[in-house]
Order: sequence, then structure tokens, then C-alpha cells
Amino acid sequence: MSTGNFDTETGLARLTMMERIRAFEEHARIAAVDEGLVLGAIHLCIGQEAVATAVIESLRRDDYITSTHRGHGHTLAKGADPVAMMQELLGRAGGCCGGKGGSMHIADFGVGMLGANGVVSANITIAAGAAHGVKLLGGDQICVCFFGDGAANRGPFLEGINWAGVFDLPILFVCEDNQYSASTLTSDMTSGDVGGRARALGLHTVEADGNDVTALAATARELVGRVRETGTPAFLHAKTYRLDGHTYFDPATYRPEGEADAVAATRDPIMKLRDALAQAGVAAGEMDVLRDKARAEMTAALDAARDAEWPADGSVFDNVQDVGSPVREAF
Amino acid sequence: MAVMTYADAAKLAIAEAMRADSRVWCVGEDLGRGGVFKQYTGLVEEFGPQRISDAPISEAAIMGAAFGAAMVGTRPIVEMRFADFALCATDELVNQIAKARFMFGGQSRAPMVIRKPVGMWRSSAAQHSQSLESWYVHTPGLVVICPGTPQDNYSMMKAAIACDDPVVYLEHKNIWALEGEVDTAAPAEIGKARVRCAGDDITIVSWSDAANVAEAAAGMLADKGISAEVIDLVSLWPWDKRAVLDSVAKTRRLIVAHEAVQVAGFGAEVVATVAEHGAPLKARAKRLGAPRSLVAYAPNLEDQLRVTADMIVDAALSSMEPENV
Ligand SMILES: Cc1ncc(C[n+]2csc(CCOP(=O)(O)OP(=O)(O)O)c2C)c(N)n1
Ligand SMILES: [Mg+2]
Repeated sequence: MSTGNFDTETGLARLTMMERIRAFEEHARIAAVDEGLVLGAIHLCIGQEAVATAVIESLRRDDYITSTHRGHGHTLAKGADPVAMMQELLGRAGGCCGGKGGSMHIADFGVGMLGANGVVSANITIAAGAAHGVKLLGGDQICVCFFGDGAANRGPFLEGINWAGVFDLPILFVCEDNQYSASTLTSDMTSGDVGGRARALGLHTVEADGNDVTALAATARELVGRVRETGTPAFLHAKTYRLDGHTYFDPATYRPEGEADAVAATRDPIMKLRDALAQAGVAAGEMDVLRDKARAEMTAALDAARDAEWPADGSVFDNVQDVGSPVREAF
Repeated sequence: MAVMTYADAAKLAIAEAMRADSRVWCVGEDLGRGGVFKQYTGLVEEFGPQRISDAPISEAAIMGAAFGAAMVGTRPIVEMRFADFALCATDELVNQIAKARFMFGGQSRAPMVIRKPVGMWRSSAAQHSQSLESWYVHTPGLVVICPGTPQDNYSMMKAAIACDDPVVYLEHKNIWALEGEVDTAAPAEIGKARVRCAGDDITIVSWSDAANVAEAAAGMLADKGISAEVIDLVSLWPWDKRAVLDSVAKTRRLIVAHEAVQVAGFGAEVVATVAEHGAPLKARAKRLGAPRSLVAYAPNLEDQLRVTADMIVDAALSSMEPENV
């Protein structure tokens, strides 16, 4: 492991973010499994925290991201408030979407997070459009589009990436490859490879270890800088692994026995960063404090969400549309 | 007041909006050459290729990217070429655009106009002729407009561009060249019906090009001494229930005529609304729409699905007969 110019301060900042994401997910799972407070499906990103952390640290607050059904980590890393996020998972009034979206539609436009998406691959054209809008408006923001390996097999992958190339748009596509699409091994259903597709569409493309936050952050910084300077798209294929099931109620029995345990023992991104920091002289106790702080923050977020009010019944009629907004008709 | 075509009327509204607001832009296939129906001719010369933007043949990306651009502050006008091709972008329209504002708890808007030329036109056959307006009316979040005259194509385009909601804008291909007077100062309110002609004996509700057919039928009925009131709904969501209920309260007879398939077409909504909320009728309400078959290529076969002025006249005459009471 290279610790040559390892900057422990930056490393600790990354560790903090990864611990916050993991703690958020662990509390979301508690709320779902132990307490039955999360009624809809949630998709946890435990094991994949390095991707959101490494990429988003190079972004500005006014840059945009779009995400997927597995979007809590990206949202938190972009700067959203975990209390509002947890309230959204519990469907409460104070949730970032007023309890109308839940986990799969989590969004915080105030920090440039333009939405998770319940439809695989759909965020790819939307993200290209956000970058297109920036260009039309003469802005200097960029957009980052996170999507899974499974998303590369839907049409919007081709259409959205081609679009970004044709219009020279400031967007970084990040394929967060956890090897699985629900219960299917993605490679069984994919002809060729994802990076090859992006290269064929003319994009500058880099493959990287998605569990090594230090190296990945350096790669992402380079790519983000390149996108911002040239105003042209780039593609990052980050190889990671989801340590949990597809949804919180998926036991993931389709995986070879011991596969997840082996990854957890050898490639867990948090563990890897902790090892690197330890080698650079950071005491384990100091890192434990960060983890415990992250856990306390998310315990407080879940406490706040549990106590929060349900949305007003009538709000189901709000924010549908201005013209012809809905009413329940009386006879 | 100036006389112009249906196509030029919408183009004028777009050009005026683009001059007034730099956030408005158009995107679709072949727009740089005026678009497939020449409804964009001249615009690229005035506004340049960034704002009259050509697009790859990627309907999902046209719709999805325009939506992304709308969320960050632009106001796109999306050209789908034929309404039929917009089905390639159904997820983007129905699952994304229509729902974003709601799902995200009001954090975003999708101020977009989605132009979808509809209807039967010159033997275009089954994949280039559909009128699927009722699909969109059934989708909360969308506004649905079906103009049938140059005046309404001007006024409604102007209103649609100004609207912060996503507007599905269904122009009829058969009337691009239809000429009429356009008053650019006329009020433009989405959801307000146009009374094409006033009458006391029977109410004929219609929209899009079928309203022109209904108006012709009203002229034929007048020759027979029957006074028909033709209500062109112009927009289907929201739609002007009040205008229909008031008219029916006066005439006590109702026909709805539309080009779309009759089964589960919007005519069913109109008739059901009158049944629930309207005055009792003197004759059974009638719907005239296409049989549930497919639009064919051969002109005589295409004609089998049309709702003609003669059919409307016959339906009206039968409604006037006492045994139908
Ligand atoms: C268009 C569409 N098809 C199917 C689904 C159901 N679905 C939800 S997540 C998922 C797997 C997606 O895999 P991937 O893109 O690799 O993301 P991951 O879940 O691994 O993060 C599937 C099939 C969906 N949401 N949308
Ligand atoms: Mg996957």
C-alpha cells in the first residue's frame, strides 16, 4: 500500500464521510428491519461508500448529481441533511421530499442533488440534460451521473452518453459496478464491457478500484477537473461490491457462499482506509471516535425521524401541477 | 389581426417567446432544416443552432435531456416529430417529467412544452397516425392541449410556454396549412373552451381537427333547421366542464366527436361527467370516435375509421327524434 504522500487529514475527512454513509445505512436498516418504520423498499450502499465519497469530494456545492435507487450515499456526500433524509425514508412531513418520494426518490435540490430514480438507467439522459442546461445557461457547473452496472444494458445508457458526446457536455458518468443487478450477476447479462461501450462512444474512460478511496479520489479529481476545463464528458468505471442484499430484505442467497464475507474481510473500503491511516500513524482510537460520532449523528437522525409528524393528508394534492391541479369532486 | 396558417401561428408564438426569454429553446430531430413539417422554418437563422437544436434520433434522450435541462432552469420546447415516436420516450414523460415535482416534494419543476403531431394524415398508416390524447389526460402532472385552429395554436402555444407545468401539446398534422385569423392580443387561458358556434338544440363537444369537422356538421344541421352548439375544448386537461355543463343545461342533448379510438377515449369522460353532474338529457348521449381498429394505409380503409360531418349530422338528427327521448 502506497503511503508515500498520504495526507492523513484528507484521509480522515474521507473516513468521516464513509462512516457517516455507513452509519446512515445501518440506521436505515434498523428502522426498516427491526422497527418496521420504513415501509417501502430501500437499497443500501454498504460496501460502496468509497465511490460517492471519492467522486463527490471534488465537486462544488452548486455542481449537480443524479443518482439511482441506491442513492443515500450520494445524497449524503453531496451535503444533504441526514435528518431530512431519514424523515423521508420514514415518510414524514419534514422529509426532504415531504414524505412523497421515499428512499427511491430522495433528492435535495438545495445541494444540487437532482434526484434518485426508481427506474434503472433513466437518470442517465436526465443528467446529460442537466449538463446541457448548464451549457445553455452559460454556467460553469458540471454534472455527475451515478448509475449501476445493470443500467448499462438499457437504452438510455446509449442515448444519454451519445447525447453528452454530441453536445460536448460537462458531465462525468460514474458506473458504480457492484457486480450484481438485483439477483443477477451482471456479467452474465452483459456483452462486452461497460468501459468499452463508453470508449466506443468517444468518451475518455478510466477503470478504477471502487473500494480504494484514496486512489479513486485522485482519479476522480483528475476526471472532474478535466470535465470542468474542457466541457466534455468523461466516464469512470468504478468496481466495487455491495456487502448487503439488493434490498434490505434480500438475503442474497444467489451469491456464492462466502463471497460477501471474503470481500468484507479483504476489500471493505472503510477497513482499507483505516489500514492506510494506521500505517500513516493515525491511532485506532482516533478513528473509532470518528465512527462513533457518525453513529451518534445517525442515531439522532433516526430519533428525530421517529418523532416526526406524518404529512398532512391534503398534501397528496399539492405539487401535482399548477394548471388543472387535482380535487376530489363531490356529487 | 393577421391571417396565417396553423403551423405559422405556433411558430410565431415560439419566436415571440424566444425573443422575450433566453431560457426558451427548442430541441428535436431535423429542426435546423425547419423540422419535418417545416413548422420551425426560419427559426434557426434567428436564434442559432444552440437554441434551435438538432438532436440525434434518440427520443428518450430528447425527452430526458430536455427534462434535465428544465430542472436546472431552462424552458425547453421538445419536438417529437410524430406523436407515435413519443412512445419511445414514455418513461421519460410519464415516470419522470410528470412526477418529478410531486415526488421531490415541490423541489423541482418541469416547465416544458412537448409537441407531438397527432392524427390521420395522407395515408400514414398505423404507426404515424394515432391520437392518444386520453393516455396523457390519464397521467397526473401533465397538461394536455389539442388546438384545432390557427388562433388556438398561437394562443395555446404562448400559454404552454409560459406554463410551469409540463404541457403535452398535440397538434394535428392534417391542418398545418389551415389558414385563419390570429389575434395576438387575444387572452390565452389553458382550460377554457371555445364555443365554435352557439346553438340551442344540441351540444357537440369536440377538439383538435375533429372540432373543424363538428363545425362543418353544425353548418349542415343549420340548413336542416337544427341549431347546434359546437364546443371545442381546446385543452383536455384541464378541461372546461363548466362550458359543457352549461351548454347541455340549455340544449339537453349531447354528442362528443373525436378522432381517437372511441373506447376509453376522452369522450367517455365528457359523457360520464355530464351523466354525473349535468342536467337530464332529452336524448341519450352519443360518442363518435374511431372503431377500435388500426389506422390503415389505403385511403378507403383509412376512411373507415374517420368521424365525418355526415356521421355527426346523422347522430344529431337521431338525437332530435322523439323516440330517442
Ligand atoms: C427499468 C427498470 N427495470 C427494472 C427495475 C427493477 N430493478 C431495480 S434495481 C435493479 C437492479 C439494478 O442493478 P444495477 O443497475 O447494477 O444497480 P444496483 O442495484 O446494483 O445498485 C432492478 C432490476 C427498475 N427499477 N427499473
Ligand atoms: Mg449493480
